Amino acid sequence: MTMRRSITIAAAAGLTLTLAACGGGDGGSEPTTDAQETTDSATGGATEGGELTGTLTIWADETRVDLVEDISAEFTAETGVEVEVVQKASADIGTEFITAVPSGEGPDIIVSAHDGLGGWVTNGVVGTVELGDTAEEFSPAALAGVTYDGQVYGVPYAIENIALVRNNELVSETPATWDELVAQATGLGTEYSVLVQQDPAASDPYHLYPLQTSFGAPVFAQSADGSYTSELAMGGEQGVAFAEFLAAQGAAGVLDVNITADVAKEAFLAGESAYMVTGPWNVTEFVDAGLDVSVLPVPTAGGEEAQPFVGVQGFFPNIDSENALLVNEFLVNFIATPDVQTQLFELGGRVPAMTEVAEGLDDPILEGFNEAGATGVPMPAIPEMSAVWEFWGAAEVDIITGNAPAAERWTTMVENVEAAIAAN
Amino acid sequence: MSNRDSAPSGTTRRRGASTDVEPRPNESHARKIGPGFLVKLVLVALVDALGVYGVFAASAVGHWGIVAFLVVALVVVNVVYFSRRMIPAKYLVPGLLFLLVYQLFVMLYTGYVSFTNYGDGHNSTKEDAIEAILLQNDRRVEDSPSLPLVVVRDGDALGFAVIEEDGDVAVGTAEQPLEVVDDAVVEDDTIVEVPGYDVLSFAQVVEVQREITDLRVPLSDDPNEGALRTQNGSVGFISRSFYVYDEAADTMTNTDTGAVYRPNDEGNFVNDEGQELTPGWRVAVGLDNYSAMFTDSRISGSFFQVVAWTFAFAGLSVLTTFGVGLFFAIVFNDPRIRGRKVYRSLLILPYAFPGFLAALVWRGMLNERFGFINEVLLGGASVPWLSDEWLARFSVLFVNTWLGFPYMFLICTGALQSIPGDVIESARMDGAGPLRIFRSMTLPLLLVSTAPLLISTFAFNFNNFTLIYMLTGGGPNFPDAPIPVGATDILISMVYSIAFEGGSRDYGLASAMSIMIFIVVGFISYLGFRRTRTLEEI
Repeated sequence: MTMRRSITIAAAAGLTLTLAACGGGDGGSEPTTDAQETTDSATGGATEGGELTGTLTIWADETRVDLVEDISAEFTAETGVEVEVVQKASADIGTEFITAVPSGEGPDIIVSAHDGLGGWVTNGVVGTVELGDTAEEFSPAALAGVTYDGQVYGVPYAIENIALVRNNELVSETPATWDELVAQATGLGTEYSVLVQQDPAASDPYHLYPLQTSFGAPVFAQSADGSYTSELAMGGEQGVAFAEFLAAQGAAGVLDVNITADVAKEAFLAGESAYMVTGPWNVTEFVDAGLDVSVLPVPTAGGEEAQPFVGVQGFFPNIDSENALLVNEFLVNFIATPDVQTQLFELGGRVPAMTEVAEGLDDPILEGFNEAGATGVPMPAIPEMSAVWEFWGAAEVDIITGNAPAAERWTTMVENVEAAIAAN
Repeated sequence: MSNRDSAPSGTTRRRGASTDVEPRPNESHARKIGPGFLVKLVLVALVDALGVYGVFAASAVGHWGIVAFLVVALVVVNVVYFSRRMIPAKYLVPGLLFLLVYQLFVMLYTGYVSFTNYGDGHNSTKEDAIEAILLQNDRRVEDSPSLPLVVVRDGDALGFAVIEEDGDVAVGTAEQPLEVVDDAVVEDDTIVEVPGYDVLSFAQVVEVQREITDLRVPLSDDPNEGALRTQNGSVGFISRSFYVYDEAADTMTNTDTGAVYRPNDEGNFVNDEGQELTPGWRVAVGLDNYSAMFTDSRISGSFFQVVAWTFAFAGLSVLTTFGVGLFFAIVFNDPRIRGRKVYRSLLILPYAFPGFLAALVWRGMLNERFGFINEVLLGGASVPWLSDEWLARFSVLFVNTWLGFPYMFLICTGALQSIPGDVIESARMDGAGPLRIFRSMTLPLLLVSTAPLLISTFAFNFNNFTLIYMLTGGGPNFPDAPIPVGATDILISMVYSIAFEGGSRDYGLASAMSIMIFIVVGFISYLGFRRTRTLEEI
């Protein structure tokens, strides 16, 4: 009996050890740093002093994952460094990054729009990048997007913003102000005058923002160097003037919270409107559908320049990455080069972040967006911004639908946001 | 595995005693190598292997709690399955382990988080926070040149050797400020040899990449002059940190202003003027999160309104779904109706729809301008189904009824058919009318079997986040509420919007509110089940 027992135990122990050994092998799949093991040498010659090995993990959302995979394959071919691209949902990628990094589960690099940056810095999860002289090759807006509080945290590759898209078959001249534009568009007899996508529950402050800034009511005050302060600037007379403008547009039926993104896109595709305020993500589809469109700056409604938000797409490192050198190699010596920026443009179809690459483009639509975005401001990346969206959208719904008196509702909203910011 | 083989020894002995026959040998799997034993051996070995792998994986990332749990669990599993006794434990252990992991651990962890300030800005440990502050405030000195650099090693100490702008080669380590050396060998702008140091090859550099990117070689003894660092092992630049951490005093000092930041109770470095450095770290905050629910004016103002609607929503949802379900169950239980099977299958359709999708589809159909309801059914009316406070509440209840009644219909149909016909028959013989029979016979008998389900439906709807989030998003928002909370928000969706949408994420507060909800639901269920027991005594 004892004999059999000990056999059992020995067998169990043996199996366990075998598997443990396998497990140990698995655990060692982190960068194999012994260069001797790699037989294939670097083909691109991008690195000096020997081959690189190891694996970089990159997180990208569904809209960017293909692009990142393509570009990473190239990096692997050039340097021999394996790149594992993990797809994450765009809505959660930033939050997941914040929770994953402290637990050691974070990726080496995250590809994202820049507006989560403030949150990442506040949570201490994003690492810094020293671009050196390369910094000057990026457009100021792109660089501002990846800069927070004077420190650079990533490498930008594209910028995007909204603009006024015109259906040239319906109208060929566009007036300089919003009111004239609405009058002209109404005169065309189409179903809608100007399409600005909305949401019945949350409005769409992003798409209304050029109109808002044309009243001189930006969301946050900017300090001298262009970075945002946490001081809310959309209150006051200008803000109220914009609120009243919204109410008037709502009452006139120009703005309608029920015109969602899908409705607006379908209507424009069907030629039911001559104008639509939208971004490059829709325009490719318009062109594919055979529409003849021009991209123009959004006309002013309140007299000042209409500034859209500029979103900057970039690659950001993990502060805790085990592969700090490889990450830097990838970011500075690969992504931040004109060749790769050009490829990223060809794959993604957004205005490149590098000035030289952007200037080399010959695409009237991208040029249009570039021009409309020239006056734009980077979307605030400060953590306070997340307190703003909810209140902002809800207030705009109430104002556009006429559910609440414009001036009063706007003022309440500003007070609520200020309280929310103060509470954090 | 036949029952006889695994019969507990006690039974055998009793049987042996009563029949006064010599007890048969106490054979069990643990001592007999048969097919069953081999299967068991393989299964337990698999579990052990997975467990050991888990131990390795967890210890690699330093999660000692998990390691301890896995070790204990593995010991327990092996002892239980290779022991001759503990027959009940063999059946209970898997369930108990899963209960521990998926229920108790989650609850305890939620409880733990609710006593901390875990959330935005307090995301990790103090070490991580210090590292982040130092790194975020370490900047390249403006207009400083990029210098060709190699990594060198002197014994254990790593250092940098650079070619300075005037062509001199300087070398230094973290302890030893940069110093010009004379007899270094430079070939093609690359340093190949430094006396007294080993020059690392690129492969060796990659091996210690974390240390190299963390390494700062001071220019001189004065830290304000900055330090040489590199991000790629081949080019160095001069950077300067605006903060210095003093380990002994546990303070952070700003080298520009001289301000000293000390850690406070809330997990931040703070100076005498009250300015905080970000990020902070997680600390225990006691009952702060719990008291915030009632004392924080931003939350408490809407809190009771939301509590009231949560109860109304959950209660009314049970009533409407049960009412409609019961009505149809009774109607289709009547043998005089033809094609009952077809109707019954049709009625169950909404049940087959995923709730997520259904809520989204309804959201579209209830759209004020383009929705099917207004456009087609109401001939182009513009009824603000989702944007008027009371209509939105009505819509939520309506859609939930549509989603939930098939379940009640199924249950009631089953329960109705299990009510013995002769009971109803005798009531009829006694002269009771149909209404009277329903009120005094059918309904009470029905409630005996359905009441527990009604209670769990109440509990489910109390936390019916999906429906609210997908259909109205809690809106329309209260215009004057200082947090993004709306007329149709129930507690759980309010938790969500406070914790994740109302500015910064606050997991501590969200956990505290979840625990409160848990207590409320638990209490209601307890009361409900006590009532059920009295029903069963009918």
